[in-house]
Amino acid sequence: MSGFFAVEHLELSFGGVHAIRDLSFSVEQGEVFAIIGPNGAGKTSVFNVITRVFDPSAGRVVFQGNDITAVARHQVVNHGIARTFQNIELFEGATVLQNLLLGRHRFPHGNILAQLCWLPNVRRAEEESRARVEDVIELLDLAPYRNALVAGLPYGVRKVVELARALATQPKLLLLDEPASGLNPEEARDLAFWIDDIKHDLGITVIMVEHDMSLVAEAADRVLCMNMGEAIATGSAAEVRAHPDVLAAYLGT
Amino acid sequence: MRFHYDTTYRDAQRLIRYRADWLAYGALFLLLLAAPWILPRYYVGEVSFIFIMCIASLGLMVLTGFTGQISFGHAAFLAIGAYAHVWFISHDVPFVISIIAASALSGAVGLMIGLPAIRVSGLHLAMVTLAFSIILEQVIGRWKSVTGGYTGVPVPSPSILGIDLGGLRPFYFLCLAILLIVFVALINLTRGSIGRALVGVRDSETAAHALGIWVGGTKVLAFVISASVTGVAGALMAHHVQHVTPEGFSLLLSLELVMMVVIGGLGSLRGAILGAIFISLLPTFISKLKPMLPAAVSGQFGLEIFVFGLVLALFILFEPMGLNGRWLKLKALFQSFPLYRRDTFRRGKTYMKSERYR
Repeated sequence: MSGFFAVEHLELSFGGVHAIRDLSFSVEQGEVFAIIGPNGAGKTSVFNVITRVFDPSAGRVVFQGNDITAVARHQVVNHGIARTFQNIELFEGATVLQNLLLGRHRFPHGNILAQLCWLPNVRRAEEESRARVEDVIELLDLAPYRNALVAGLPYGVRKVVELARALATQPKLLLLDEPASGLNPEEARDLAFWIDDIKHDLGITVIMVEHDMSLVAEAADRVLCMNMGEAIATGSAAEVRAHPDVLAAYLGT
Repeated sequence: MRFHYDTTYRDAQRLIRYRADWLAYGALFLLLLAAPWILPRYYVGEVSFIFIMCIASLGLMVLTGFTGQISFGHAAFLAIGAYAHVWFISHDVPFVISIIAASALSGAVGLMIGLPAIRVSGLHLAMVTLAFSIILEQVIGRWKSVTGGYTGVPVPSPSILGIDLGGLRPFYFLCLAILLIVFVALINLTRGSIGRALVGVRDSETAAHALGIWVGGTKVLAFVISASVTGVAGALMAHHVQHVTPEGFSLLLSLELVMMVVIGGLGSLRGAILGAIFISLLPTFISKLKPMLPAAVSGQFGLEIFVFGLVLALFILFEPMGLNGRWLKLKALFQSFPLYRRDTFRRGKTYMKSERYR
């Protein structure tokens, strides 16, 4: 299978509920790959298995030759995989800047004694993190909100902050869980441009779960459609949309 | 209105940024240095005690305010710090080493109490810490060879390099110095990556995992830091009371510590200090108020606890952000004077909070 990222014969069940059944797909480096499907198809579950929220019942997830299913949950990001969440999981009691700096947590910031004394190496690490975070802030136009508390921000901005936080981890693979849900058409268009920038300028591979077919058609190179935990079609957005099984899954005919 | 104008990222790291701040904090520092000669003798001892409570409150703030874990048994860590320090110092360990060792021992016990925190949270964790504190009180009462049982042990006077610090003024400066060291260290901790990780674990464990924060380890670390800081406060408290008994570390003291951090304002070190000052002064204030009340009220049993409860209830109802929140609002009011908007600090409603997994 592919060398960059591959899901191989993945199964996930909770008791008698089969969330994912024998799912296999692979993603090439530099690709934008979309997963679509009706509610309850198992799309977010795929992300949760990749980021180790759930242990798969069977199968593997291979990223750059490493089996991710054997990695501790907090180590996944060190392999270069970052994600956003469907129901925004930001740190509400912290400012936007602190949220983004938390995205840099995986990089060394000095040990606890150095931090207690705020030694020069800690200062340098904080400066470096701040500079990288400012790059992301500039890319995503978040400067007006830099010092605002997340708890006071509108929904659309929070979505962008979450994307920014994922980018601050400097990932190789970015998992976006419904990035456009709850956004107005203008914000959704911005998002399409940003995904393009992320792909071309930052060279990050993107896998996204999305319902907004216009965004999917615009941004995604390939589309996978899932239903009842199974892959039912793969191909370009137009091909998948015309696939008889996909129509059946959505329209129930 | 004032806006931060930084030309380098190093600028943004400075703790005191404006001349006005330098003046204000400088004046406060000078006042604290002069206080032992200005205040009446009784109040010098009281202020030293407030400094000790500030250290304990800072310790609990790291755990409850920053990491979001409740502890109803923090008096136990005060007790461990106090008894360990007394034991070390009675066995001719020098003061500085003894206080560090007492703090380390308290931190080690914090590690053991922190381990269940990986599994339980909220009310259940409160129960675990509460049980721990009750058990510890019994252990101290029974372990007579080390703790002297319920009769307690006398505390030798503190001395560093042969200089006796047991006097009222030397002890005041000892407490002030240790408070400043702890305060600055915790400021550094909370603005660094570990402090951000603590807040991250408090606000969203799901996201914390995804960003590479080892959630279990961070929770235990918060317990260790909190317990060791509280242990330092315990060691100083031993010197303050001069004779430690298990009754000195009762459940009520734990509750007072919780009130300090809640009334001070969760998630802020300044709040911990303000809360400690407020709660420590409250009994003095009540005793001053008593002669002015009708005998039927002032003679009531448990008046003090009633006032404590009332204050807590009023704060939770009207100022959930605590004294620190009040401070920030006042500051914003003066900084933006004619243009202050009443809703500046109103929180937006969250509409989506569903399907959360941990």
